[in-house]
Amino acid sequence: MALGSGEENAAGENSWVFYKDRPEWKDITPMEQDDGPAPIVMIAYSKKFKDVYDYLRAIMRKDERSERALELTEDAIDLNPANYSVWHYRRIILKDLKKDLKDEILYCGEIIQEHPKNYQVWHHRRVLVEWTRDNSHELKLTETVLDVDAKNYHAWQHRQWVVREFGLWESELSLIDELLQKDLRNNSAWNHRYFVINHTTGFTDKVLEYEVKHAQDMCGKAPNNESAWNYLRGCLLEKELSSYPGLMQFCERLYEGSIRSPHLLSFMRDIYEDQLEQGCENVEATLYKALVLCEALSMEFDTIRAEYWNYIARRMKSKFAPHDETNNKTAEATGGAGDDPNL
Amino acid sequence: MAASTLRCLRPDFPNERCVDDGHPTDTNKEQIKVESDVGSLYSWFRNATDLGPESPELMRKKHLHFLMKGLTNLSDSYECLDASRPWLCYWILHSLEILNESISDTLKSEIVEFLSKCQCPKGGFAGGPEQLAHLAPTYAAVNALCIIGTQQAYDVINRTKLQSFLMRMRMPDGGFAMHEDGEADVRGAYCVASIAMLTSITSDEMFQGTPEWIVSCQTYEGGFGGVPGMEAHGGYTFCGFAALVILNKEKLCDSTALLRWTTNRQMRFEGGFQGRTNKLVDGCYSFWQAGVLPLLHRSFYREGDYSLSQEKWMFHQGALQEYLLICCQSPSGGFVDKPGKPRDFYHTCYCLSGLSVAQHYGGHDYDQKSVVGHRKNELIPVHPVYNIGMDAVAKATEYFHGQPIPIYNPKNSS
Repeated sequence: MALGSGEENAAGENSWVFYKDRPEWKDITPMEQDDGPAPIVMIAYSKKFKDVYDYLRAIMRKDERSERALELTEDAIDLNPANYSVWHYRRIILKDLKKDLKDEILYCGEIIQEHPKNYQVWHHRRVLVEWTRDNSHELKLTETVLDVDAKNYHAWQHRQWVVREFGLWESELSLIDELLQKDLRNNSAWNHRYFVINHTTGFTDKVLEYEVKHAQDMCGKAPNNESAWNYLRGCLLEKELSSYPGLMQFCERLYEGSIRSPHLLSFMRDIYEDQLEQGCENVEATLYKALVLCEALSMEFDTIRAEYWNYIARRMKSKFAPHDETNNKTAEATGGAGDDPNL
Repeated sequence: MAASTLRCLRPDFPNERCVDDGHPTDTNKEQIKVESDVGSLYSWFRNATDLGPESPELMRKKHLHFLMKGLTNLSDSYECLDASRPWLCYWILHSLEILNESISDTLKSEIVEFLSKCQCPKGGFAGGPEQLAHLAPTYAAVNALCIIGTQQAYDVINRTKLQSFLMRMRMPDGGFAMHEDGEADVRGAYCVASIAMLTSITSDEMFQGTPEWIVSCQTYEGGFGGVPGMEAHGGYTFCGFAALVILNKEKLCDSTALLRWTTNRQMRFEGGFQGRTNKLVDGCYSFWQAGVLPLLHRSFYREGDYSLSQEKWMFHQGALQEYLLICCQSPSGGFVDKPGKPRDFYHTCYCLSGLSVAQHYGGHDYDQKSVVGHRKNELIPVHPVYNIGMDAVAKATEYFHGQPIPIYNPKNSS
């Protein structure tokens, strides 16, 4: 980035010159913002901010597409990188001047490092990659950002777009494994895993076998890690929980090891519900087991979600034991398994 | 509400702190830090002997002062929101509305004037005068104008141009870009649905394929991501589901999975909500996440679900209120994300919105209140789809639905 007349010089002194004092801008009359007569959410802009934007408004009004306009957008972006109108205008100038976008990609990368949670910078990056079709830096860029913040939403979104757009699936699973090694609670990594498998092999029986085993191992390692349980359930969305081999045994093993993680109990209830859905033999006993879990969750292991668990219990009773007279069709305030004398 | 029923005062409350299963990672280390900060505040509250029996108290006067000041003047630290000024209007006006604070007719008129300066000649509103039209400030401006609710406010909106702007933002797959050559994500669908429904400019062609596009954003976890494939996230989940509700297409998504995911976002210790699995609590999700539950409730009810409670939403209303009142009020007014963070108008708006949702169970014929703390903490009920007051929605709907729907002609559009 060339040292313009606005930059700090080598001695670190601030040599900012206002646009209104720059001879090369003499021909432009700055345009004040028209907010109307009364101050409403009026921001006390610094002198520098006002100066830059007064000139930007004038240049945009003229629709001037020049080098100096490009530099002006850079200053405007520096002062407020969330100003999407400036980014839009910058893109128009870049196209018009047929600028070498390699420099722009570098510049964009720098701004992303400074403002990694900003929408506009990431969108700009995507547009540049769309224009140049040069994806060679994108995986590295997102990895750099994820290194600082492993869950940065924009970084993951950009990565998903790049990988999908250019078919760069190869290195994804190993990145995910690395991230999960570092932090098995990184839900963004788990989500990405689902995305990658979905778009590559798909959850075939063979793939599923591996993924289920892997997820179960993670659940076993840290039974209170919701991400692993959500992924386990996610893998099996197209399957019937009650008939997928080994699931209940896996749960029972943990349960017998005194694990009472709400995610475990919830998953067990899911299996029971599926058994009921599929028409198991002993409806009453299975329903009873499920309701016991709901009550345990509501009263002891997941009390923050008592209202939810009470509802689930009522819903199950209504669905699988609708003729049971002890059921109340309309819910009572403290409704739930606890009130049922059969339990 | 008697102090002894406060969750944070119960003897076994400390048991809700997270456990690392002998496997510490960055995620749970961060969580432990937050629990420590939040826990300190709850402890302080527990031990404070000078608090009356009606604590915690909503610091109405302080919030009012903060809001009124910001409505006219903001320091240069708000330069980063120079492209979001209609948002600032909405966040502040909505906060005042929830607090049942009125503003003068003059001020209302001045705000209307300012917002009209943000309206673009080709339709829609921008983040400030002379900027490009964008769906987010358009949503905010329309909401702000509806909160003001005067004829002058309603008449600012050029409905014909607005409709053409919304149609220009349509993508072939049914999604919407946020601005010309801008990013497309589920916020776009919500903004368009909300704007179009309130101002009565909807059409079948506007939403062709949109419900299906939104549903494709639902993940294996049950919540919605910003675009198909992306992680389930509170803000996007609210946008996705609320848009489906507006379009009357909730049945297309997996509501059971959504219910499970959303209720799982409430933090067992803090009482507030996180935005994504294994991330940290944040006051703003008090609305984005908790606000989905009234929508689900209504949706299930309409499907003939007799298992629903008639008194409570399916989240812990008390715990959320405790988090907001004890941990998120800034001593000088306004609300924060979590203890230690600075106050801002965005968090003030969404913390108050969430507080209102937590206080009011709105059945179809009644309002069951559960107000934590001082009786005067009671807020105005908000409409969970648009997040403006119920009255504001009713009034705006009446006004605009009494007007003819513009007939969209692409030739007139740009």
